[in-house]
Amino acid sequence: MEVSSHWRVRQQRYGLVGEVCPNCDHKIFPPRDICPECGQDARTHFHFSGRGKLYSFTTLYDAPTGHEEQAPYTVALVELEEGPLVTAQITDLGEDELEIGMPVEMVTRKLRSEGERGIIVYGYKFRPLLQAA
Amino acid sequence: MITTLPKDQDIYIIGVGMTTAGEHWDLSMKELALQAISAARAEASQASPEALFVANMLAPALSRQTQLGALLADFAGLRGIEAMSVEAAGASGGMALRQAYLALRSGAISSALVVGAEKVTERVSSEVEAAVMSAGDADYESIHGITQTSQAALLMRRYLYEHGLPGDALADFSVCAHANGANNPYAMFRKPISREIYLRAPMVSEPLNMYDAAPLADGAAAVFLMSADALPKTQIYPLVRITGSGAATDSIALHDRPDPLQFSAVALATQRALDQAGLDRNSIDFLELHDRFSIYAALSLEAAGWAEPGQGWRLAAAGAVRATDGLPLCTFGGSKARGDIGGATGVYQAAEATLQLQDRAGGAQVNEPQHALIQCLGGVAATAVTHVLSRPETS
Repeated sequence: MEVSSHWRVRQQRYGLVGEVCPNCDHKIFPPRDICPECGQDARTHFHFSGRGKLYSFTTLYDAPTGHEEQAPYTVALVELEEGPLVTAQITDLGEDELEIGMPVEMVTRKLRSEGERGIIVYGYKFRPLLQAA
Repeated sequence: MITTLPKDQDIYIIGVGMTTAGEHWDLSMKELALQAISAARAEASQASPEALFVANMLAPALSRQTQLGALLADFAGLRGIEAMSVEAAGASGGMALRQAYLALRSGAISSALVVGAEKVTERVSSEVEAAVMSAGDADYESIHGITQTSQAALLMRRYLYEHGLPGDALADFSVCAHANGANNPYAMFRKPISREIYLRAPMVSEPLNMYDAAPLADGAAAVFLMSADALPKTQIYPLVRITGSGAATDSIALHDRPDPLQFSAVALATQRALDQAGLDRNSIDFLELHDRFSIYAALSLEAAGWAEPGQGWRLAAAGAVRATDGLPLCTFGGSKARGDIGGATGVYQAAEATLQLQDRAGGAQVNEPQHALIQCLGGVAATAVTHVLSRPETS
């Protein structure tokens, strides 16, 4: 069990909270405290909208330990509308054919569970953007 | 007392050894390492090294074994010498070679053994995938169930998309590697494949198929390094000199890079090694790159400057990287056909390049090479380590 390691990043996992650089306005996710663009301190919280588009995606069949029960699943690099790329699973696929550039939005889902007595780790995944019916 | 450090000394490889790559059910990591060490010492007139540098990435996770320095020094009959392990994921081999090289260059020691050893077949594939992925960002990559194979698939899909390429654009990297592996007695796969076999291969993680991914294998390789002033008067084989050594890093997470298709650590490490050797790319006669996935070969060729962005695949498609052509690539089959020996890969590359430069590569021999460039990668090229090896009479 790694309770504290998951608890530490709860704002990121549940709320896509990153940082914005006060010096150059670069948006940062995951937070890294030093702006990768200008090298200045960047500790100002920034809430990402959760909307983005697919940068790339693939389906994974040979899952690593802890994720076997979910396989097969789709993983992606999502380009958030504020700029950063984020690694995540794509869920709620339904009939949708994925393609690069497709709009997606963040949802909260179970990422993995650590056995019968272990904790369940929740966090962000992305789904194809729901269109108004 | 003031001691004067010796001035910059040339560092030579005076012995190499390898085990076959594959599933060694009957051999432990210690036994594999001992085979490679014994072979390298035999070529080095049974000299005793002052230090042992061990390259490994998976033993802590898969074998619950750390302190490989003491473990392997003792098992190899070298109890008492200084020994340590060097870990930089898949770049451990190149990094261990570089640490040994730096130690010799410092003048503190004048001989060292570098051994890379890996035992990956003890565990089922889900555990191996998880252990390999521990080279990524645990909080922001691994937690999502992503693997290095699927990360390579993400890169490959984006590469094909950005450059408007068909799904089989990278096929010839695999065809070429398997053709070369057929000439390597240490290779895991010794059969050439045709383009048709590549095209029929099952998808592993679309668009990446079985022949785009290298198999992880057990194995060990060793190289014996010696400073110029310590060389024995006579050598069994021609000396090979390390003329350039460079290492560099990139973000460990793929999503933290401005352009994931640019392997910036490869660009930096290559330039550092070439600058030190005083060579430009045109002087390099063959390349041993870390082709864990065919897309890595394309992106490495581009980052290192052998091709423009989006053009690396053409070198393979045009046949330019075949053993008989202008820029032979992965002449012993690379990770694809030799097998990827995890953290030992860089040591295999050094041993293979040495055999080439000594005209001892048998059926894999390329035509009178003078300079080799070898490069291994940790994670998705978050670490890159590059060396230039040369025949001494020409450097």
